[in-house]
Parts: sequence; C-alpha cells; structure tokens
Amino acid sequence: MATVSLEKLVKRYGAVEVVHGIDLEVADREFIALVGPSGCGKSTTLRMIAGLEPISGGNLKIGGKIVNDLPPRSRNLAMVFQSYALYPHMTVRENMGFSLKIAGQKPEEIAPQVEEAAKTLDLTHLLDRRPSQLSGGQRQRVAMGRAIVRNPEVFLFDEPLSNLDAKLRTQMRVEIKKLHAKVQSTVIYVTHDQVEAMTLADRIVIMRDGYIEQVGTPEDVFQRPQSKFVAGFIGSPPMNLKDAEVADGQLVFENGDRLPLPARFRERVTAGQKVTFGLRPDDLYPAGHGIHSGEDADVHDQDLRVILTEPLGNETLVFSDFGGAEWVGRMLNPRRLTPGDTLPFCFDLSQAHLFDRDSGRTLRG
Amino acid sequence: MKGWRPPAPFLLLLPAILVLAAVVIVPLILSLYSSFTPFRLTQPASLYMFVGFRNYARILTDLEFWTAFGRTVLLLTVALNVEMLLGLGLAMLVEKATRGQRLLRTIMMFPMMFSPILVGFQFKFMFNDNIGLVNNALQSLGLTDQAIPWLIDGTLAFTAILIAEVWSSTSVFAILILAGLLAMPKEPIEAARVDGCTPWQTFRYVTWPFIMPFAYIAMTIRSLDVARAYDIVKIMTDGGPAKRTELLWTLVSRTAYADARMGLANAMAYVAILLSILFTVYFYRKLAAARTQIAAEW
Repeated sequence: MATVSLEKLVKRYGAVEVVHGIDLEVADREFIALVGPSGCGKSTTLRMIAGLEPISGGNLKIGGKIVNDLPPRSRNLAMVFQSYALYPHMTVRENMGFSLKIAGQKPEEIAPQVEEAAKTLDLTHLLDRRPSQLSGGQRQRVAMGRAIVRNPEVFLFDEPLSNLDAKLRTQMRVEIKKLHAKVQSTVIYVTHDQVEAMTLADRIVIMRDGYIEQVGTPEDVFQRPQSKFVAGFIGSPPMNLKDAEVADGQLVFENGDRLPLPARFRERVTAGQKVTFGLRPDDLYPAGHGIHSGEDADVHDQDLRVILTEPLGNETLVFSDFGGAEWVGRMLNPRRLTPGDTLPFCFDLSQAHLFDRDSGRTLRG
Repeated sequence: MKGWRPPAPFLLLLPAILVLAAVVIVPLILSLYSSFTPFRLTQPASLYMFVGFRNYARILTDLEFWTAFGRTVLLLTVALNVEMLLGLGLAMLVEKATRGQRLLRTIMMFPMMFSPILVGFQFKFMFNDNIGLVNNALQSLGLTDQAIPWLIDGTLAFTAILIAEVWSSTSVFAILILAGLLAMPKEPIEAARVDGCTPWQTFRYVTWPFIMPFAYIAMTIRSLDVARAYDIVKIMTDGGPAKRTELLWTLVSRTAYADARMGLANAMAYVAILLSILFTVYFYRKLAAARTQIAAEW
C-alpha cells in the first residue's frame, strides 16, 4: 500500500513561494506524470516528496503516514535522476546493490537481486563495467536498475529521458511502461515532454507557476482542457488559440472575420463577452483531407489562403491566414500546395473549445 | 672546415641546453661526484680524492643519521595525517557556509601567506617556557603551575614543531579538498540519501571517493614540503636540544656548513632525496588510482 497524498503542500525559498499549497492524491500503483514548462514547480514538488527539499507548509503522506520530517532514507522510495547520478567509482553491480549493502544485507543476499534486476533491464553483460564505460541509454537503465533493486513503495522519476536522443527516448519510454506493468509500484514521473506524459501516465498533473492547472487522464486533458494554458500545453502542434468577441451568435475575430458560435456554447456566452477560441490543428483541414468527427460534426466551410506548409510525409501542416492571425491546420493524405493558394478549409466546430479571456477557464459546462 | 653544420634542431635547442647545463646538470653531477669524495670546504684539494662508497657506507651505519631520517618520516606521517583530517574538516565546514564563503576561503589561506621563518619565530615565542603565550595561558587557566619546557624537552619540542607545521600548512589540504567538494556533482549525494545512506555513509561511500584525488594531490605537495623541512625547525630548536629534534635537512646543513664536510653531506642529501622520491611516487600512484576510480576527466 503506497498512496501518496499532498495536502496544501507549500515550498518557499526565503520570501519567495514557488509551490503554492497544492493538493494531490496518488492512488496505490498509479502512474502519475507531473508536466509543465520549466520553473512550474514540478521538480521541486518531486524533490519534496523524495525528502531532498524541506517542506515549507502542508502535509505529505506516504501510505497514510505523515512523512514531512522524515529523511529520504526513511521514506522507502527510489528516485531516478535526470543526470542518472550514478556513483562513478562503483561498477554497475555495486551501483545497483549499493542501497542493499547500506541496508545491511549480506553480499550473497544482494547478488541474486542485482542479477534479477539486471536481467529485467538487459544489463547482465555490463555488470562489471563502470558508469563511464556506458552509453547514455545504458546509464539510464542502470539508474532504473538501482531503483528497482530497492523494491520501493514509490518510484520517483525526475525527467529521466531528457538527456537521451530522440530515438533512445522512444525506446526507453516503452521500457518504462513495461517496467511499471511488471513491478506494480506507485510512480510519480516528472517531465516537460507531453508525449511522455500522455503515453505513460494513468493520470497527468499539469502544473504552472506553482499551481496545479488540471489533473486528469490523458484523454481528459487532451479533450477537455480546463484552461487555456492546458489547451495550449497539451497537443503538438499546439491548439490554435485566438481571441474573439461574441456578437450576434457569432465569434468576431480581431480583423472582423467571423465564425459561427459552436452550438454547445450558445447558452454559455453573452453578447459582447471576450473569449478565446481554441481549435486543434486536427480539426482545421483542407476540405477532403481531414477526419470527419461523425454524425454530430458541425463543420464550417471557409476559404483560406495558405501561407506556409510543413510536409511531414503522412501529413502536412498547413499555416493559413484567418481573423488577423496565423492558424495551423493538419492535412491528411496530403497533396502539394503552393504558398499563396486559396482553398476551401473545414473548421470542425463540434471539436472547438472556448475559454473566458480574462480567467482563462473553459466555458464548457 | 666547410661542409659540416650541426643540425638545425640541435642549434635551436642549444641555448636551452646551455642554460640547463649551467644551472642543473653540472651542479647535479658535481654534487653527486663530491658525495664520493671526502670533500671538505676548508680543504678544496680533497675534492679530487675519490673514496668510492665510503661516505654512503658511513651513513648506513650512522645512528645519528638514521635517527634524523626516522624522525623526518615520523614528522611527515603525523603532520600529513593531522593536516589531512583538519583540512578535510575545515573544507567541509566552509563548503556548508551559505554566505561569506569567499571571505572564509581567503582567511583560511592566511597561514600560507607567512614565510616559514616567521612562523618559526612566532611559535618559538609562543612556546617559550618563560614568556611564551602557551605557558602563560595554561598557568592563567590554572591547568598547570609549572613552566612547561616546550622547546627543551625532546618530545615536547617535536610536538611544538609539529603544531607549527600543521598550523602553517593545513590550509593546503583545506583549499584543495574544498576545490574537490565544490567541483563534485550534487546528484550522487542526493541519490545516496534516497538510497538510504545516513550522513556518515554518504560521506564514506560517495563524497570521500570523489575528493580522494584532491587529498592525494595535497599529500604529494606536502610530502615534498615536509621531507625537506628545514626552516621552521632551524628557527625553533635548530635541531636541538642536543640533537633531539634533528631532521634530515638540519643534519645535512650542519654537516655541510658547520662541520664543513661537504662530501658526506652530499651523500646524506642524496639519501634524503630518495625518501622524497619514494613518497612522491607512492602518492602519485594513489592519485592515479583514485582518479581512474571516479573517472575524472582531468
């Protein structure tokens, strides 16, 4: 049993408060990802959970017990660091067995546990090497092995894949997912890479400036962002977010261009309200080159001039001009386009989002 | 004479070779040679009398020499260990300082800024049995009512010299170890804390292996220093009383200049240098091993 509860957790450095009383319940065996831009407090939060940073306020409970003042060694957790943080003077075997040695286990007890973890992570042939003789990916696996061997109640990952190249990152992501399925521990995973968060986590916590913006499953945060920030942060390329004003049941953009007000927001806005309109690139496509979102699709046709294209092979990102701003659309089964072309585009308004411009909160019920 | 010219590299190196020969090679050969003669400064002609290994044979059986040799090794061992421990402690304290660290670092280096001769005089005064600061303090505090003969009793005098050495050079260790502490990455320490280490275990298994190379550099430097220790001893006790604090180099200089037996003194000096070389080689090996261990990139 290892639930982790953050209750009004606060971190202050002197007079500066960087984490502002956040609440979070992590269930036993849950995989939670903390995401957010640099400086949003996600790493600080993780370090408070690890016990590497003192907690300035609120409570931290692991397995129901308040652990605010316990040193890291008494919290029964393991952490994987971004820089791997291996002990350079020890072999891989010693690195992985170190925590057991410290715990007072005998060498003959340690050996089988290290072998077992090494087998899981395909490190057996590297056990007698030093970290300096390993590649980045191998070092990362050793760091994970070191964590597994401890058999902790909670795994903490601090941007573990950030130092790896793109290909290796994809590979290690799969490894981590397999690992979690196997060891069945609670995992708290910090990353700034939304793809990692989306692919790995049961639930995603999106943080910004020391506050939690939204907690939800990957589908939740993608399809039902609670705020403009979450909408813009999750998804790649990011959602088109454009300021507009409500008038005559329509959305009026900066240069006077208009879109019909999506049906489901009609009751929720008043004339003259300042809003931000959000539409993912997937829902803005040249006619005949998108995915129709089904029976309740609410498609608005509009001719747009193409400014720029980014061909990606299976699709092309199309940048076009509307409402006095630049919009990104996604063209499936692409054909060649020339900048300057004007062609009919579909706005799938059933998939649109609307946010209050001042508070940034969603206007969806 | 036309046709032969010395090769260009030789010509270009010639000035350097000449200078090197004048200041290093010739004196070295001359002193080595003179250690095989009964050369006395007062009898220049004795330089041309070759006596083979007689000086060395004499040293090997000379109790006075071996006592000085042993005392030097003892001073070296004790001083290096004490300085190492104190330096380590100082460095770790200064590293913890969150403000004023620069100032502390500068203050820490003060003892290194004084000439050893002055340090010798200062400690000679402090340990003086009549007017010295140490006895005065001990008596005022009521710890003793006697004048402790610091520089007169053999063991006490050795201790006094040791204290002066340690005072003046602990900062070499402190500075180098502090450099090591500041250069070491913080993540392995955090990993160790999460891995279950107590502060002591963190130091023992993670911090110490990291700073070991720096400690060995300090050891190498200081072992050379102490093996040629002369100035502080010369001032504080001049090897006395009755040769009870005689070190290798005070003995060598006494033999060379007071007794004017240059040949014998040179033979002693070569044996003494051997000691320095042995210590240096030893610490260098340790250093190399420690560096490979932490995979140092320097």
